[in-house]
Amino acid sequence: MSNLLDVKDLRIEFPAPAGRLAVPVDGVSLTLARGETLALVGESGSGKSLTALALLRLVPPPGRIAPGSRILLDGEDLLSLDPARLRAVRGGRIGIVFQDATTSLNPTLTVGSQLTETIRAHRKASRGEARERAIALLNEVGIPEPAVRFAAYPHELSGGLRQRALIAISLAGEPDLLIADEPTTALDVTIQAQILELLDRLRVSRGMAVLLIAHDLGLVAGRADRVAVMYAGQIVEEAATARLFRSPAHPYTQALFRSIPRIDTPVERLSPIGGGVPSPDAWPAACRFHPRCDQVLPRCSIETPPVVPLAPGEAVRCWLAVREKR
Amino acid sequence: MIGSLAGLLRRAWRHPSGRIGTAILLILVLTAVIGPAFLADPVVMPDVVAGATPPSAAHPLGTDHLNRDVLSRVVNGARVSLTVAALAVLLALTAGAAVGLIAGYFGGWIDALLMRVVDAALAIPRLFVLLLLLVVWERIPLYALVLVLGTTGWFATSRLVRGEVLRLKQEPFVTAAIAIGTGSWRMITRHLLPNAAGPVLVAATLGVGDVILLESGLSFLGLGIQPPTPSWGGMVLDARPLLLSAPWTAIFPGAAIVVTVLAVNLVGDALSAALDPRSA
Repeated sequence: MSNLLDVKDLRIEFPAPAGRLAVPVDGVSLTLARGETLALVGESGSGKSLTALALLRLVPPPGRIAPGSRILLDGEDLLSLDPARLRAVRGGRIGIVFQDATTSLNPTLTVGSQLTETIRAHRKASRGEARERAIALLNEVGIPEPAVRFAAYPHELSGGLRQRALIAISLAGEPDLLIADEPTTALDVTIQAQILELLDRLRVSRGMAVLLIAHDLGLVAGRADRVAVMYAGQIVEEAATARLFRSPAHPYTQALFRSIPRIDTPVERLSPIGGGVPSPDAWPAACRFHPRCDQVLPRCSIETPPVVPLAPGEAVRCWLAVREKR
Repeated sequence: MIGSLAGLLRRAWRHPSGRIGTAILLILVLTAVIGPAFLADPVVMPDVVAGATPPSAAHPLGTDHLNRDVLSRVVNGARVSLTVAALAVLLALTAGAAVGLIAGYFGGWIDALLMRVVDAALAIPRLFVLLLLLVVWERIPLYALVLVLGTTGWFATSRLVRGEVLRLKQEPFVTAAIAIGTGSWRMITRHLLPNAAGPVLVAATLGVGDVILLESGLSFLGLGIQPPTPSWGGMVLDARPLLLSAPWTAIFPGAAIVVTVLAVNLVGDALSAALDPRSA
């Protein structure tokens, strides 16, 4: 099996008060094939953004990726790269689009210079070639009048255009994998759809893999091939998007669906999930979702549920699935 | 929050104190640059025996105890004082920015080492060091005075820049820049330095005023700019015995010091007000 990205047992640790250890990402495994879109979905604090940062070795100190974790890109171990090779991977093989383009662009540099800088960091190109390439990229991400916008400062662009510019920069190094970390959170709903459409078009035209991080399941529908649902530092359910939407297996996934409005079914009331995501230095024992679960069994608070495979590439971390299988 | 440096300057210009200060400074600099060409030689003594003469048509600000033209000496003194101050601050700024950027960006033991050196240097009063150095080095040449003033003035700037870098490192755009493979050199020169420039500019402007005062004080003690080169502090020193009989010999160079420092500080105030996001 030749996956582009292969993450195994990723564990991220932070020192916590009183000599304890916070583990906001605890044993995450996921794979991504070329040209595929995987959505990583979960509430704030579930560890999804940290997982994305770890792929670029950008876990903010004092956090660290625990020994025993493995991140393979085309079989190359990202966790043992020397600094020069790491810089080449960042932007050159894995690109990332952060959620807020306003703060993710350097306010003192023009869009064009941020683009050409990235282009020239990853390939030999003269200033003129880099400029041409940059304008082509701005055009590719759907920015009108790219030659004019090339000379614009970030604050001179609208929010949607800024996000497009940020995407162009992340593409400048021709990455094989694009991570989009809630790329539309800061945008209007209409612009959201356009940006997601753009990402999908780019994936197809460039044959990239896309890791789409979102807290909103509704955003993911029809745009991801597979969905991994994260809760409290673990993936609790992974499935093809269609199956997940048809028959979510994990009570948490089901609860997520109940908490978003749907256009095709008469809405009685939206039911939010009670409580909040627990703190990473005090995950609940056994099943981490059991204090908030509406189908909790006696054993859920005593024994850690196993990961139950449902189909190839599909699994759920829940005792209910064990019972149904028998 | 803070946009580009151009935006900062634009906001500073909106403050009246920024405009007034800039206007005065501009006049001073222009006078210092072109004035000497139209004035008497500041070191020539037309009639030494006559001594200090009051303001007249020939000498609008009078003459000093050696019968030298006070106007010419004040204008030539501006040239010297402004040049020394500007170069010393430029030097201090460069050193301070470099040390602060390196300490803040690399962190760890490099940061600890550099900042302990700065701590130690800040614990030694600058004036003591200067007095000691200048007492030992009699008749110090101008370039050496610039060097001495510059190398003793960068410590606070390095701390300021380091603080800015530490703040900037938390900004998403810095993370984003690392995420696209930006190396250390480009990180420091293209991302950190331009974004730290605002506070540095404010510190530099106020630093110019400090250095002018410091240089005047040292020259007044006879340790700074050496005669016959005209300097404002030196002129006040020469005027000491004549304070009552020929007050113009002290008033005009003294006023020049006050007006210059005031103008510089007005600009500095406007810049620091413009830097405050609440004023935007």
